[in-house]
Amino acid sequence: MKKDLLGISDLTRDEIYLVLDTAEAMREIAERPIKKVPTLRGKTVVNLFYEPSTRTRTSFEIAEKRLSADTLNIAVAASSVLKGETLVDTALNIEAMAPDMIVLRHASSGAGHLLARLCKSRIINAGDGMHEHPTQALLDAFTIREHKKRIEGLKVAIIGDLLHSRVLRSNALLLTTLGAEVWVSGPRTLMPPAVERFGVRASTSVDEAVADADVIMLLRIQHERMNGAFFPSVREYFNTFGMTTARMARAKPDAIIMHPGPMNRGVEIASEVADGPYSVILEQVANGVAVRMAVLYLLAGGEGD
Amino acid sequence: MRRLLKGGRVVDPANGRDGVFDVLIDDGRIAGVGRGLPANGAEVLEVPSGIVIAPGLIDMHVHLREPGQEHKETVATGTAAAVAGGFTAVACMPNTDPVNDNAGVTEYVLKKAAEARLARVYPIGAVSRGQKGEQLADIAELKQAGCVALTDDGKPVATALLMRRALEYASMFGMPVIEHCEEQTLKGDGVAHEGFHASSLGLRGIPGQAESIMALRDISLAELTGGAVHIAHMSARQTLDAVRFGKARGARVTCEVTPHHFVLTDARLAEPIAYDTNTKMNPPLREEADRDAMLAGLSDGSIDVIATDHAPHHYDEKRVEFDHAPFGITGLETAVSLVFDRLVHPGLITLGRMVELMSLNPARILRVPGGSLSDGAPADLTLLAPDLSVTVSAATMRSKSKNTPFDGWALRGGVAATIVGGRTVYVNEDAKLRI
Repeated sequence: MKKDLLGISDLTRDEIYLVLDTAEAMREIAERPIKKVPTLRGKTVVNLFYEPSTRTRTSFEIAEKRLSADTLNIAVAASSVLKGETLVDTALNIEAMAPDMIVLRHASSGAGHLLARLCKSRIINAGDGMHEHPTQALLDAFTIREHKKRIEGLKVAIIGDLLHSRVLRSNALLLTTLGAEVWVSGPRTLMPPAVERFGVRASTSVDEAVADADVIMLLRIQHERMNGAFFPSVREYFNTFGMTTARMARAKPDAIIMHPGPMNRGVEIASEVADGPYSVILEQVANGVAVRMAVLYLLAGGEGD
Repeated sequence: MRRLLKGGRVVDPANGRDGVFDVLIDDGRIAGVGRGLPANGAEVLEVPSGIVIAPGLIDMHVHLREPGQEHKETVATGTAAAVAGGFTAVACMPNTDPVNDNAGVTEYVLKKAAEARLARVYPIGAVSRGQKGEQLADIAELKQAGCVALTDDGKPVATALLMRRALEYASMFGMPVIEHCEEQTLKGDGVAHEGFHASSLGLRGIPGQAESIMALRDISLAELTGGAVHIAHMSARQTLDAVRFGKARGARVTCEVTPHHFVLTDARLAEPIAYDTNTKMNPPLREEADRDAMLAGLSDGSIDVIATDHAPHHYDEKRVEFDHAPFGITGLETAVSLVFDRLVHPGLITLGRMVELMSLNPARILRVPGGSLSDGAPADLTLLAPDLSVTVSAATMRSKSKNTPFDGWALRGGVAATIVGGRTVYVNEDAKLRI
C-alpha cells in the first residue's frame, strides 16, 4: 500500500481485496468479551476533523482503541478556521509531535493531498469535500460482499445527490474496479458533469436504475440544495426520485438497501424502506469499525499479531 | 547617445521587414533600419546572426499589485520580471488597493515605474468607481493621468447598461474597454473548468459558457455603441466563436489568450501534482478541445494578442486548500519561451506573427507607441534567442512571487536582451550576448 490512503484511486484491485479480507479478521475482535488487541500499541493516531461528524469520527476512534493505538481527537470548528491558523500550520504542528497517522476530515476536496505532501505521518482521508471517502466505500464493499458473496457482476444503483457526494466518487471507483455494474440516478441538476466517464451508467429514471438491481445505495439530499435550484421541493424530490417500497419492488427480490448516513427519512428514502428487512444500514455502521481497523493496521505496516 | 545594432535578424511586420538589418538608435528612438548603416561614432553592438531583433514586446495584461499588495509584487519587481521576460512595456490592471479609479493612483503607479526605470508601464483604469459596478469612474481624468484603457478586471462590468455607457463614454477618449468575461451566477463559487477532471476531483466547475455568454453580451454592446471591446484572457472555444462572429459582422472586438490557456489543460488539476494550486486560475484551465481551439485561433489570425495575465501571489496564499487559494499564476518570465516552444517551433505561427501577437497588436489596441521599428519610434527592442535552451526556474525569477506551474520545464527559445528607450535593461547571461 502507498504511504497514505487519500482515495480509492490509491488502491489496486488486490489491495482492495486485502483490506476486505483483513477486515474479516478484525470483525471477529468485536465479538470477543475483551474487544482489544495490542496491534497498534505505541502508535499515535490523530483524528483531525474540520467538519462535524459523529459516525465517522466515532468509528475511527473505536477502531483505533480496539487496536490499542493512542488516539487524540481534534475538532476544529469551521468558524475558527477563518481567523485561526492555516491547515498546513496546524498539520505541521501536529506533525512536530510525531504521530504515526493523521485521520483527516475536511470540507475542501484535496485537503488530504496537501497534508500528504508536507507530512511524514500517514494520512487517512476520512472525507474531503466532494472528492472521496475511501473508508466508506470499503465498508460498503465489505457489506455487499458479506450479503452477496461477490461484487463482480452485481448491479448496484446509487441514487441521490451525486454531484456533492464523496461517497459516490469512492464507490464508483471501487465498485467498477471490482467489476460491478454501477448505475447512478437522480435529477440532472445533481449529477456531476461527465459522470459517465466514471465508468458508470447514468439515468434520470430511478425505475430504470433500480430494475433488477442487487444493491441500492441512497445518498443524502440536503434541504439547502433547494436554494441552489437543484430541485423544487422535498415533496417533488421524494415523489420523483425517493426510494419507496413500490420502487423497491422493481429490484431483485433479495436486493439490499444501503445508506452512508445520516438519512433524511421521507426525502431520499421512505421510512418503510429504511426500516425494512432488506435494509443493511446498521450493518454498514458495524462493519465500518472492522474496515477502519483493517486500514489502520495495513497502513501501519501490517506489523504485530 | 547613439547605438548601432549590427547583424541580427530584424522581424518587424509593421514595416514588412524580415531579414538581417542594422538598427540605429539615436536619443532613445529608432533612427534607421537598413543594411550597412555607418557607425558615425555610434556605439556598435555586434548581434550574432541567430538572434532576432523585434520591436519591444508589450504585455497588455499584468497585475503589478502596487499599491496595496506589495507582499505579492511591486511595480519595481514586476517590471524587473517584465524585462527579464522580454517585455519592454506592460499594461497593469486597476484591481489594486485602493483601486486605480482616480488620477492619484494612476500617478502613483507611474511614479513608481519611473523610479524603477525598467519597462514602460501603461496603467489601465477602472471602468467603475471602486470597481463596484455602479457609477463610472472619472474616465477623462484617468485618461489625462496616463491610463490607456479601462477595465473592471477580476470581474466583468456588472451590468449591460453600465457596459453600454462605458463603451460610449470611453470611445470619446479612444480607450478600449477590456472585459473579464464571466457570467457571475454561472461561475458561482466554481474553482475549475466544469468537466471530467473537476468532477472526479470533487471541485466545483465553471463552464466555458460562463465566459462566452458575457462575451456575446459585450460584443453586442460594442456593435450597439461603436465602442471597442477587448476580450481579456479568453479560455473557452465558445468565446473564440463569439469573437469570430463579432469580427465577421464588423464589431470592434479584439481578444487575447494567455500562454497557460494554449499550453495547459484541466488534466493538470490531477497530474502530476493533484490539487496543485498553481493550476488554479480564472478563467480556469479548460479541456483539450478549448486548448486546441486557442492554438487554431492563434494560427489562423482570429486571436489578436498573447498576454500573460501575470497574477503574482505570495506562497502563503497558495499553500492552502485548493478551494481557498487565490486564482492566478505568474507569466511574465515564461511567456516568450512558451510561445517559441509551443507555437513558433512547431510551425503554428511565424516569427512575424509572434511579433504581431506580442507587440504590434497590443500597441495598436492600446494606442501606445511601439510595436514597430519605424523611424522615430521609441527604441524599445526585444532580442530573442529562438534556439536557446531554457529551463524554467521559479526560484530565480525576478517576480516577487513564484506561483508558476511551469517550474522545471525545459523549453526551446528565450530572451537574449531587452532594450527600453535605447538603454539595455536586461541581458540574459545564458544567451552570451554582449549588449
